[in-house]
Amino acid sequence: MKHLDEADLLLYYYRDGGKVQESEQHLKSCADCRGRFEELSALLQMVVPPVAPKRSEEYGTEVWNRIRASLSEKGSSRRWWIVSPRWAPALAIAALVIVAFVLGRYSRPPQSPVTTAKISGSELRNKVLLVAVGDHLDRSQILLLELAHASGSGQIDISQQQRRAAELAATNRLYRQTAKEAGDTDIANTLDELERVLLEIGHQPDEVTAAELQQIQQRIQAQGIIFKIRVIRSKVNDESHPRTEPNTSKGQTT
Amino acid sequence: MEMDETAVVARVRAGEKDAFRLLVERHSRDIFQLAYRIMGNEHDAEEVVQDTFLRCYRSLSSFESRSSFRTWIYRIATNRCYDRLRQRKLEPQPFPDDLESGDSVIDLVPSENPGPERHLLSKEIGERLRRVVGQLSASERTAFVLRHFEGRSLEEIASVLDITVNSAKNTVYRAVQKLRSELQPLRAAQ
Repeated sequence: MKHLDEADLLLYYYRDGGKVQESEQHLKSCADCRGRFEELSALLQMVVPPVAPKRSEEYGTEVWNRIRASLSEKGSSRRWWIVSPRWAPALAIAALVIVAFVLGRYSRPPQSPVTTAKISGSELRNKVLLVAVGDHLDRSQILLLELAHASGSGQIDISQQQRRAAELAATNRLYRQTAKEAGDTDIANTLDELERVLLEIGHQPDEVTAAELQQIQQRIQAQGIIFKIRVIRSKVNDESHPRTEPNTSKGQTT
Repeated sequence: MEMDETAVVARVRAGEKDAFRLLVERHSRDIFQLAYRIMGNEHDAEEVVQDTFLRCYRSLSSFESRSSFRTWIYRIATNRCYDRLRQRKLEPQPFPDDLESGDSVIDLVPSENPGPERHLLSKEIGERLRRVVGQLSASERTAFVLRHFEGRSLEEIASVLDITVNSAKNTVYRAVQKLRSELQPLRAAQ
């Protein structure tokens, strides 16, 4: 048998693959390979698992208490959807009207020129954050609108939206914490609501039935989250791109 | 006391939501440990635990008793870790205050006869390990932790990462090579 290469030695170390017996025989008779294997073994033995912080016997109960409310939400909302399916078409139409209203209400012409005054480091950081939050809100809104307008029959693949929602939820958490620390409760509260919706979508299976999709859509609409996003987005936009103050002495208006 | 988890799952599916508590209480600590090993910090591990159970609860209808509940939920937990690691790579890091510096990715067991030199060497090894593990891709890190710490088979790793067994083998190999290049000089000093 020819010498064992590095990949063979690694497979043998973990006892993987179909050549374990063969490798063992070779190692018995080949000092060179045996030496290399001992070196690899010693190196891998240096890498031991990290010791996780201790968790008490009650940890499972703590976890249960933390997630219990989310399970309740799901249960109650499902029941609500189940008992009132006859309202679904009316709700869908109402939702479309609301979305159309919101889109019209908050669509703005291009902003007037921004101020070019010198800004401090913290102001610059805030501006960067606001731009980032604005982008995050846009992406979240697009996702929610996609789902709100999705349709189909049989098993509907929402894996892409589900994955995006999970990604957005993770990013959302950072923005929410930052907004909270900065004392911006409006943004923090809306991001909190958004996060719950995103997590809900992120926890859906890759494929859903038409009825399940409708439940998701109703969930989105029931919370009015798209409307809230639009409101906060508008606020973020104003703060990150403040309009030039009207120069009253010259009678200018914006 | 033994618990028939399949029966508990059936109760939850039948609408007995509180029965889910039994499953949460049984598996939380082990899932936390798994998540900590992969994520390398307590905060992310906690979030993975919560995410895992929420996802598990919502997907219970897709659970088939062909595998054990434990196997199934571990797979969900590993997937949550892998997804988070991938997201972390994509995300900007504008909030350094949020990062938990000092969290250990990999620690070393102290030597049986630790002298000052040995302590220094252990510290140096630990730092290099943290550095190189931090540089592994999400798939390399997940694959390595599953194979090296958790003793999972290449087939299981391939299934979690949604790749072929051969790719899983190569992924573990790449991770080990990176660890090796970082640790080899210290190995000579031992």
